[in-house]
Amino acid sequence: MLKIFISNQLYLGLAQALVAALAAMVVVLLARKRGIHLERDTLIAMVRGIVQVVAVGSILLLLLRGPRWTSGLLLAGMITAAGATSALRAKGMPDAFRVSAWSIALGAGSVIALMTWLGVIDTAITSLVPVGSMLIANAMNTNGLALNRLRSDVLAHVGEIETALALGAEAKTSVSPYVQASIEASLIPAIDSIRSLGIVWIPGLMAGMLLSGARPVYAAIYQFVVLAMIFAASGLTSLVSTLLIRDRIFTSAQQLSLQPGR
Amino acid sequence: MTTPPTSDFVVRTEHLGRVVKDKVLVEDVTFEVRTREVLAIVGPSGSGKSSLLRLLNRLDEPTSGAVYVEGTDYRQIAPPELRRKLGLVNQRPYLFPGTAEDNLQFGPRQRGESLSHESIEQLLARVGLKGYASRNVANLSGGEAQRVSVARTLANSPLVLLLDEPTSALDEASKLEVESAIQNVVHDHGLTCVLVTHDTAQAARLAERALLLEAGRVVRIGSVSEVLHA
Repeated sequence: MLKIFISNQLYLGLAQALVAALAAMVVVLLARKRGIHLERDTLIAMVRGIVQVVAVGSILLLLLRGPRWTSGLLLAGMITAAGATSALRAKGMPDAFRVSAWSIALGAGSVIALMTWLGVIDTAITSLVPVGSMLIANAMNTNGLALNRLRSDVLAHVGEIETALALGAEAKTSVSPYVQASIEASLIPAIDSIRSLGIVWIPGLMAGMLLSGARPVYAAIYQFVVLAMIFAASGLTSLVSTLLIRDRIFTSAQQLSLQPGR
Repeated sequence: MTTPPTSDFVVRTEHLGRVVKDKVLVEDVTFEVRTREVLAIVGPSGSGKSSLLRLLNRLDEPTSGAVYVEGTDYRQIAPPELRRKLGLVNQRPYLFPGTAEDNLQFGPRQRGESLSHESIEQLLARVGLKGYASRNVANLSGGEAQRVSVARTLANSPLVLLLDEPTSALDEASKLEVESAIQNVVHDHGLTCVLVTHDTAQAARLAERALLLEAGRVVRIGSVSEVLHA
């Protein structure tokens, strides 16, 4: 319907963004009626999201003509921002930003580097940056889920953890059930994405490839490639971040430092 | 220079203290636990009794003073080893999912050992739970769960049993069961024990000496009658 009234593509995009944002705000209002307050977080996230994605789109436009190494710089910037964003989901966890940034760098960065070297990801900026960003974004989400879950589980099971410590368990043993649960929970979205591929959803990358003239079967296979890479990057990120944070929630004398109210 | 603890003392604290964010939890606490005695730590709620026990088990770090275990500064002992030596039983049992036997095997398994089924049965019998080895802990009563918790700590063969209000979350019948189990393991088997309790009658029933804490400081220490009836 919007297309009937707006012919300019830029204005059409802004109008579409506004309508989509209004739909999101309706959900926020529904949540508010049930006493769930998402207003501030959602509003800030949406404003940040639109500003950031437009800024990146503009930068990409400039980088398309630049040397290939600039994509490395851009991905490094994305990893830093992803670390800062997912660290917010781990409030109270020691060193959350550094743990998140290193884990995403290792998880997503190593998969991007390996896949680019093997030729699975094309080195052209127009391919490397969007595909790389998908891996980083998913690694960020997984990292946030893993740390958030680990934090809640540890805080809810301080008694059990300290009982294990008091019985002579090493710190890592005392939290191992909660570390495992947080890794498993954080990977549910990545596993479900692969499981439902093509049946529940046809992701944007495949749609884009089809629109740009790629053969449908190749576009479909490449979508699986991307999701498998996302799983690899997310899984590695989650494994690394929970391992790094696990060592930081205990003191050198194996005392649990993450405690309610401390 | 501090006086080296003598061998008559299993545990000795010297000017032990813990301050968190300017809040004094334990201050300048000096006492010793003698071999094979039951020492009750009594005091009103919030007096620092449980904080002191956590310091002995090194679940929290002292901010001042020292603790000696058999004459050795406990910071020289690896924390898992120290915690096996000073076995702590909490107010709530926090049993791990599985059977009573699984729970009793937890401690020994941490050092790559396994107790025989007979040893498990013997430990359970000491707390009045003969034949309970294969019982799922999810189906135990509060008193039974606490007694499994005591047996689980005993499975580590501790030098000292630290009991933190072991009956405060139980009804009267369960409380008597747990007290009887403690009497059995402590008195009949000559185990050294530090009992934190707000129940002075319980302290009188179970302990020989008592230490009265108020606002984190030792007010009195001596025989139970001296401390409780002063």
